[in-house]
Amino acid sequence: MGLAPESAAIEVKGLWKIFGSAAEKVLNSEDKHLEAAPLREKTGCTAAVRDVSFTVRPGEVFVVMGLSGSGKSTLVRCLTRLIEPSAGEISIGGEDIGKASPTRLREIRRHRVSMVFQHFGLLPHRRVIDNVAYGLEVQGATKAARHERAREILSLVGLDGHGDAYPDQLSGGMQQRVGLARALAVDPEVMLFDEPFSALDPLIRRDMQAEVIRLHREVGKTMVFITHDLSEALKLGERIAIMRSGSIVQLGTPEDLVGAPADDYVADFVRDVPRSHVLTLRWIARPPEPGEALDGPALPAATVVKDAIEVSSGSGHPIRVMDGDELVGVVDRVDMLSFLAGHETPAVRAGA
Amino acid sequence: MSATAVGSPPRVKLPRWAVPAAAAVAFAVGYVVFRGVGTLPHDDEAGTFVALTDAREWVDDNKNANPVFLYFINYIRLFIDGLFQTFETVLHALGWPGLLGVMGGIGWLAGGWRIALLGVAGFASFGVLGVWEHSVDTLALVATAVLLSLLAGLPLGVWVGRSPRLRRAITPVLDYMQIMPTFAYLAPMVLFFQIGAPAGVAATIIYAIPPAIRITALAIEQVSPTAVEASASLGATRWQTLFKVRLPLARSTMTLAINQTIMMALSMVVIANLIAAPGLGSDIIKGLSRENVGIMLPAGLAIVVMAVVLDRTTMAAARQRAHAGLSLLKLAVAAGIAAVGVGLAYALPPEFPSALELQMGGPVNEAVRWAERTWYPVTDALKEFTTRLLLNPLDGVLTTAPWWLIAAAVLAFAFWAAGVRPALTALGCLLAIALLGLWEHSMQTLTMVFVAVTVTLAIGLLLGIAAARSPRFSAVQRPLLDAAQTMPSFVYLLPALALFGATRFTAIFASVIYAVPPVVRLVEEGLRGVPPTVVEAALSAGSTPGQLLRKVQLPMARKSILLAVNQGIVMTLAMVVLGAMVGGGALGYDVVSGFSQRTDFGMGFAAGIAIVLLGIMLDRITQGADRRPSPQKRKPI
Repeated sequence: MGLAPESAAIEVKGLWKIFGSAAEKVLNSEDKHLEAAPLREKTGCTAAVRDVSFTVRPGEVFVVMGLSGSGKSTLVRCLTRLIEPSAGEISIGGEDIGKASPTRLREIRRHRVSMVFQHFGLLPHRRVIDNVAYGLEVQGATKAARHERAREILSLVGLDGHGDAYPDQLSGGMQQRVGLARALAVDPEVMLFDEPFSALDPLIRRDMQAEVIRLHREVGKTMVFITHDLSEALKLGERIAIMRSGSIVQLGTPEDLVGAPADDYVADFVRDVPRSHVLTLRWIARPPEPGEALDGPALPAATVVKDAIEVSSGSGHPIRVMDGDELVGVVDRVDMLSFLAGHETPAVRAGA
Repeated sequence: MSATAVGSPPRVKLPRWAVPAAAAVAFAVGYVVFRGVGTLPHDDEAGTFVALTDAREWVDDNKNANPVFLYFINYIRLFIDGLFQTFETVLHALGWPGLLGVMGGIGWLAGGWRIALLGVAGFASFGVLGVWEHSVDTLALVATAVLLSLLAGLPLGVWVGRSPRLRRAITPVLDYMQIMPTFAYLAPMVLFFQIGAPAGVAATIIYAIPPAIRITALAIEQVSPTAVEASASLGATRWQTLFKVRLPLARSTMTLAINQTIMMALSMVVIANLIAAPGLGSDIIKGLSRENVGIMLPAGLAIVVMAVVLDRTTMAAARQRAHAGLSLLKLAVAAGIAAVGVGLAYALPPEFPSALELQMGGPVNEAVRWAERTWYPVTDALKEFTTRLLLNPLDGVLTTAPWWLIAAAVLAFAFWAAGVRPALTALGCLLAIALLGLWEHSMQTLTMVFVAVTVTLAIGLLLGIAAARSPRFSAVQRPLLDAAQTMPSFVYLLPALALFGATRFTAIFASVIYAVPPVVRLVEEGLRGVPPTVVEAALSAGSTPGQLLRKVQLPMARKSILLAVNQGIVMTLAMVVLGAMVGGGALGYDVVSGFSQRTDFGMGFAAGIAIVLLGIMLDRITQGADRRPSPQKRKPI
């Protein structure tokens, strides 16, 4: 945050989406701040997205997480106006999406932003290769060109040799690979994922998450990833926005969410997350006490606590937590044990 | 009188049957007191009839002077006629070997060699039955009507599927087109297009186009929204999404639309023979008017066979896998089969070889006479029982009661069953019938509908419940129901006539066998639609099968059962009117004589309108009951 617009891949400011015939009226009145139930009773409208603002950096994996009905799917559709937002500004790569003409919008959807869907949205009457090539086909690419590109992408997502199959001959995980390939084939700057793996079995979901991490490393796209699964969010997201009834209640790194939940709702969410798997040494480091030995092993501040346990138990001296060459603080065995036992840590106390 | 039925509910809580029972008593008393007063007896020379007949004469006289006819309707007539002539010429020119070859090729494309064989054998049977020429005429008529229906109906259906506003506008129109008994279309068509093929095609189009529009719209709406969204998210234009996503995904459902259009057209084309359109129907009408089953049977069988072949062929096409495209090889094989047939047409005589024809007229009539003699005690008892115990008393009551008492009774019943608007619609329909001068005949028709519907529902519910409870029974019954639903309505008159001769009961019998299959199907589907968890919960609470049925399944299937009642009534009305051809009399007879005698045109036309009014009345009452919440919830507490 605090980035200049030209260095942001996506910038959203004050976005609203209100469903219902009286949407315009609600937006211009104070009614829009009502809770969901009284709002529906009074106006017949539903506010799916309420005053949402965020920025996504180029190359970042940005996760929007929330339970069903929290407005996350509406939010992601507003980004390319698959759902027309009621108010607010959206820019992608510096271009104002709200002001784009239908033709321009189509150009943006064709070349700059593509999307992967929860229920895949594959076309059952087309072969896999023609599904993958669909985006290029509507752009008007020749058959030879789009098939060549589609074959390339199919091998990138591990579906070599399945090009001539039909979608209903593939397993769910493979179908979503086709969806992924279709989104990748147009070589977009931004990829949007709308709960892409929630219809899959847990094991296949894990494979697909690994696949997304690998693809992100290889192709380096900016990704906006919608999910209702916290562990998926923590695994993939560089930053996570948690949504509740249309608003973002907290936006931060996985550590921020787990270490310093903004309210009880988020705290409740992250309660079962093993904190030692998410929090880094930075969170539990404390200033050295006078006279404390500063010759223990040095570890970077970004080290996850669980990876520091072994070092800590193998040394009698406190660990020096370093940010580059600078000493952030120290962590000794007692600090480590009390953190693992679930006691408050100095940093959390300070943060809360 | 109506105050008893519609008055405000009293404070003291009466049993739920009290108000209807009191109303029934009030009407009974009213009938006894006013019997014979205020009846509206039928008069063949009623003012409305004469005025309508004069209007037709005027239209006929001025047809070639009026610009609407001169520049518009006459051209439509010429266009339809031209198209029909083309089809007729081509089909006849193919000769029987050519047509069999083409049918084989189409069947092969649609569903492989089984369907191809069915098509060839089925069409060959037209020749064997000795009705080749008439069958080809019917086929040409069906082809013309279906082609025009689809040309208009499919694009309109796509549009309706994409525009909720258009959908709201067009739905009531389609509703009326479908509840209008087929008979009612004919008279106005004659007025505009004269008698002959064009009028027949036009009437058939009106009857056959609603499913084309409705099912296409449904198919377009049902396309997976994710696929559409995925297409939009990749920047496809609306037309690209329509042609690359919506239409391909809707294809198999749209084939169903084509199937339904063909089936409807086939059943109407036969009726269109009444206004001198050529084809198989003329044999049936000839047979019906002479009570000669031997003449009708070959034509009736040919129609059934044609229906089965066309139905199976289009259904096979609909069932093909979504991505089994037409390969060049398949096309080549189909073309090859067709070419063999066309080639043989040059080598073989154009007439279907008479050696292969089956002369069945004589033996069939023998068999019918034998059946009449042998089963006389049973059929006669059945006929007498229904006529004396149900038809005559009810007929007597309805025709001797004052018209206003009946109108009030209908109003009260419609209000109780369906609410204010349907009640007012029903009243309006009855008043219009009275004004048309067809009160007595309408009451007679209504009597037959009542009796037929009662029997239909009793049988339909029984069979439906049986099928829902016993999968084995359902499996046996299902093919019979399927077959029954592909048969054009006219065909049902045949067995009825063969068994019972020409009486009112014959019409009722025909409408019962015509309307039972859809009722059974709807009841069974409704009962099966009850979620298994609910059934399981009821069983785990210790319900007996009877309790389960009465307390859980029937109430939960209420919507389907009411729909079954509605369908039963609408179909019965259509058939009872058609039953005029086998002695049903009343409105249907008026319509038929309106076609056959110029001087009766007015009465026939008015009777057509009266049938539509009856149809609307019965449909609104039953549909209204369907839309209402269940009776317990309705009462404000």
